[in-house]
Amino acid sequence: MAVLKEEGVDTVFGFPGGVIIDIHDEMTRTDIQHILVRHEQGAAHAADGYARAKGSVGVCLVTSGPGATNIVSGLASAYMDSIPVVALTGQVPTKLIGNDAFQEVDIVGITRPCTKHNYLVKRTDDLARVLKEAFHIARSGRPGPVLVDLPKDVTQGKAKYKPLPEPRMPSYNPTYNPNIKQLRRAVDLIREAERPVVFSGGGVILSGASKELTEFARKLHAPVTASLMGLGSFPGTDPLWLGMPGMHGTYRANMAIGACDLLIGIGVRFDDRVTGTVETFAPNAKIIHVDIDPTSISKNIPVTVPIVGDCKSALRRLNSLLNEEKVKITKKSRKPWFDQIEKWKSTQPLRYEQEDVIKPQYVIEKLYELTKGKAIITTEVGQNQMWAAQYYHFDRPNCFITSGGLGCMGFGLPAAIGAQTACPDRLVVDVAGDGSIQMNIQELATAVQYRLPVKVVILNNRYLGMVRQWQELFYEKRYAATDLEHGPDFAKLAEAYGALGLKATKPQEVVSVLKQGLESPGPAMMDFWVAREECVYPMVPAGASITEMLLA
Amino acid sequence: MQKHIISLLVDNEPGVLSRVAGLFSGRGFNIESLCVAETMDTGISRITLVTRGDDAIAEQIMKQINKLINVIKVHDLTGTEYVGREMALIKVQAKPDYRAEILRIVDIFRCNIVDVSPTHYTVEVTGTADKLAAILSLLRPMGVKEIARTGSIALSREKKVSTGATP
Repeated sequence: MAVLKEEGVDTVFGFPGGVIIDIHDEMTRTDIQHILVRHEQGAAHAADGYARAKGSVGVCLVTSGPGATNIVSGLASAYMDSIPVVALTGQVPTKLIGNDAFQEVDIVGITRPCTKHNYLVKRTDDLARVLKEAFHIARSGRPGPVLVDLPKDVTQGKAKYKPLPEPRMPSYNPTYNPNIKQLRRAVDLIREAERPVVFSGGGVILSGASKELTEFARKLHAPVTASLMGLGSFPGTDPLWLGMPGMHGTYRANMAIGACDLLIGIGVRFDDRVTGTVETFAPNAKIIHVDIDPTSISKNIPVTVPIVGDCKSALRRLNSLLNEEKVKITKKSRKPWFDQIEKWKSTQPLRYEQEDVIKPQYVIEKLYELTKGKAIITTEVGQNQMWAAQYYHFDRPNCFITSGGLGCMGFGLPAAIGAQTACPDRLVVDVAGDGSIQMNIQELATAVQYRLPVKVVILNNRYLGMVRQWQELFYEKRYAATDLEHGPDFAKLAEAYGALGLKATKPQEVVSVLKQGLESPGPAMMDFWVAREECVYPMVPAGASITEMLLA
Repeated sequence: MQKHIISLLVDNEPGVLSRVAGLFSGRGFNIESLCVAETMDTGISRITLVTRGDDAIAEQIMKQINKLINVIKVHDLTGTEYVGREMALIKVQAKPDYRAEILRIVDIFRCNIVDVSPTHYTVEVTGTADKLAAILSLLRPMGVKEIARTGSIALSREKKVSTGATP
């Protein structure tokens, strides 16, 4: 407990069980808040949402066996998105380990490939040191989840706590400061470039480098695109903004990557959903890649200048090098490049037509207008996630919280609960689909119990929409296992949980339902019956080049 | 697909080998052979492993291994000066007609016979993978019953000439 306090933990998301009782019991004697979720997966996602909204480490606490296995999806999601989470799991007493005891599972073995690191603590005397290391590893370098498995006898034992110094681990030394030679090479490429594109990712948000990134892009007069994880790292309303690239990226972002002569990737990992076919990704460009994790560099895309280091310090150095070397780039010199981008933008903007049924894009647009773009948005996974990314414009970091790498359905509501706990004064909205929301809908009870006024906007098309879209486009409309025709009445379900439940079936009801839901003091679930077969466009088919988009 | 011999220093604790092995299987890399034992420092073990891959894959392997928290040092010995050895125990049929021939081969290859029974000899051979392959091809026609191999172990060579930095 002393370590948790020292590490600045004020909230833990958890669910009790036989072998973890002692920790829950001890917690009642501290001022650390415990949020009791309804399913352990919710605890892991809530810790993730908390970490992203607050920019610190999220903590979850669950029991052994099924409690531990239930958080695996949450840890895998946090691992893919590099989110600092510390998961504490109960374990059977050390003497029983390996005996197939009741609720025993080798969670350290199970989570080895989906955590940054994990521990089984065997002696009470090691507990404090291991916890310190866990927090250190989770938040430093490329952040990620760390699991600490706690056998019952270890947590029952007593040990005197002496404050420990910051952990020093000889085998773990992330590189923060970039190599100056590489930075100079980068500046040379920048000086020569005529059609640069800056591509920002989650790493910029994690290192708190949005300000430096914005300064950098303005210095270069370079257009900026950002991965799903990077949305908010650069203002989404800025004239330099291109929108998101990739499978459901904007036409201009994808075309700009296709045509650029210099691509500057910062805190990105060139995921396959961004690159499409790697052979034809940015075919004319030299590539500068800044990332704190050397394994990300040249993993998917060979780069010209690799820069291993923290995004913030790399951008700072680059900005000051550009000043020192008096690299002056005028707006005028970029005119041909921006004229071209403007042409792409005006011929193929993001678009939809609002007809007599509600269009999902319309709901997000209205949500954006009504919240003035200031809400923290979490999402589920699928079409809802892509529409939220396309039509809500994020001007600030830490405001868009989504399961990017893993694409974990059921993420949004518990993540919203975590974000709301971290930021009690902010408006937190989960943009959901009728499919995903049902994967962790039980967490409505958590929101009601702790008076967390999260809002859920369901884009209800009675389909597993993204898979249905693939079936429409690539499987001759054979809607195998995607029709959710029989769903619950979400408004009534919300009422049953003690939250406000609202429903809109006509376009003219959208604004009033949104207003009513957003202005209500407590948690609210808004069910929007949207056009069933609406697709997310643009779309890059799997295996195609990102400049080969289906546009409608 | 070039062969790479990689030497790792790792924390000597339970689960470390499975982190390394799991990384290879999880990322689709292949382990051809693997050797683990304590070093002079009982808190540290050396893993020597042999894998195959082109340059890009080898680079990823090195970086991914380096990223494991329990890995202290990684060194790709391929293309550097190193001494590599492998050991095998070969149980070969000792038919009366062949006994002299087996002894001759053992002598030429500077091996030892470490177990003798009325029907079999067990030969201990140490050397490079090439040497092991050569002796195996000679013994195979006589009937090799069983074989146990260690996989490669290796250390980099020290510089032969003093750099003169310290007199």
